Amino acid sequence: MIVSFSLILLCQLIGEVFVRGLRLPIPGPVIGLMLLLVLLFARDHFSLLARGPLGDGGVENASRGLLANLSLLFIPAGVGVVQKLDLLAERGIAIVVILAISVVLTLLATVATFLVVSRLMARASEKP
Amino acid sequence: MSENPFSLWVYLSQSPLLWLTMTLVVYAGADAVSLATERHPLANPVLHSIWIVGLFLMLTGTSYPTYFAGAQFVHFLLGPATVALAVPLYENRKVVLAAILPMLVALVVGSIVAIVSVVVLAEAAGLPRTVVLSLAPKSVTAGVAMGIAESLGADPSLTAVSVILTGIIGAIIVTPLMNRAGITDFRARGFAAGLAAHGIGTARAFQVDAVAGVFSGIAMSLNALVTSLLVPLAITLLLR
Repeated sequence: MIVSFSLILLCQLIGEVFVRGLRLPIPGPVIGLMLLLVLLFARDHFSLLARGPLGDGGVENASRGLLANLSLLFIPAGVGVVQKLDLLAERGIAIVVILAISVVLTLLATVATFLVVSRLMARASEKP
Repeated sequence: MSENPFSLWVYLSQSPLLWLTMTLVVYAGADAVSLATERHPLANPVLHSIWIVGLFLMLTGTSYPTYFAGAQFVHFLLGPATVALAVPLYENRKVVLAAILPMLVALVVGSIVAIVSVVVLAEAAGLPRTVVLSLAPKSVTAGVAMGIAESLGADPSLTAVSVILTGIIGAIIVTPLMNRAGITDFRARGFAAGLAAHGIGTARAFQVDAVAGVFSGIAMSLNALVTSLLVPLAITLLLR
């Protein structure tokens, strides 16, 4: 548990150092994600790596535990809404309506594009 | 019992313990309700935890920084949780690799729609320029969005609020909207949820379907990248 969590933190730490060092406009944890992914793939090819948190399913279980309660992690930032109540009282309805319309448009545009491209691909692979 | 209940309150309200415990207890309750309603979209645990905690802070006159001093331990886990997305990504690697092209095209289209729609609508509604700029990066995860807002000279704390509102709206809307539209491909549904509503959308996607959760996590990570490049460009083209 502790070892698995250390591995996750270590990936994030390396990600942060990398991003800050090179001044990249990417969040450090995203690089950490890629690093852990590379480690998981590397484990399949080098049995030397299949030990500790990577060997006994430890990092898998720790990750699943974190992701199962992903909703919880947004509450502290979300409660920050209390600091903006004056603006929300004044323009809240307009802002919420605009955000809602934009979210619906974004969801539909994304899902439609995804489906159209994957259907075109399926058709292209059937033909030859 | 303490001889002076007020001094006990003064002590507790300033210690991280009370606010950390409160965050966890309120979430546990909201999540139990969400489970009992079979994950009904309106029983979103983030939404209900936020207003319950927020109301309690207002009633007790507790400042947000005091609350955050305790709740930051939970907030901190957002980073490790992002790294942890590597595991479901790895476990579903075959499905993911087969869908690389649809994902990349949908990423670009969705990201542009997310930014352009909110900027155009906010301008049309006559909102002040700082508010328009603060809303522009609303579809990416809070840390990244606040960085974008800062570089635009907008209000990062307003951006954080719009990010959270967007996430909650997306998490509530996505399931009924996709059902109504007759979309059964959980890769596409998840990808759209993560792109439009970042981590809160991803949390919702994991509640509905494991594959949807994986695609949502990918969309959230990639959109953080694309949006930080596109927002400054869109602002220049649309507002100047």
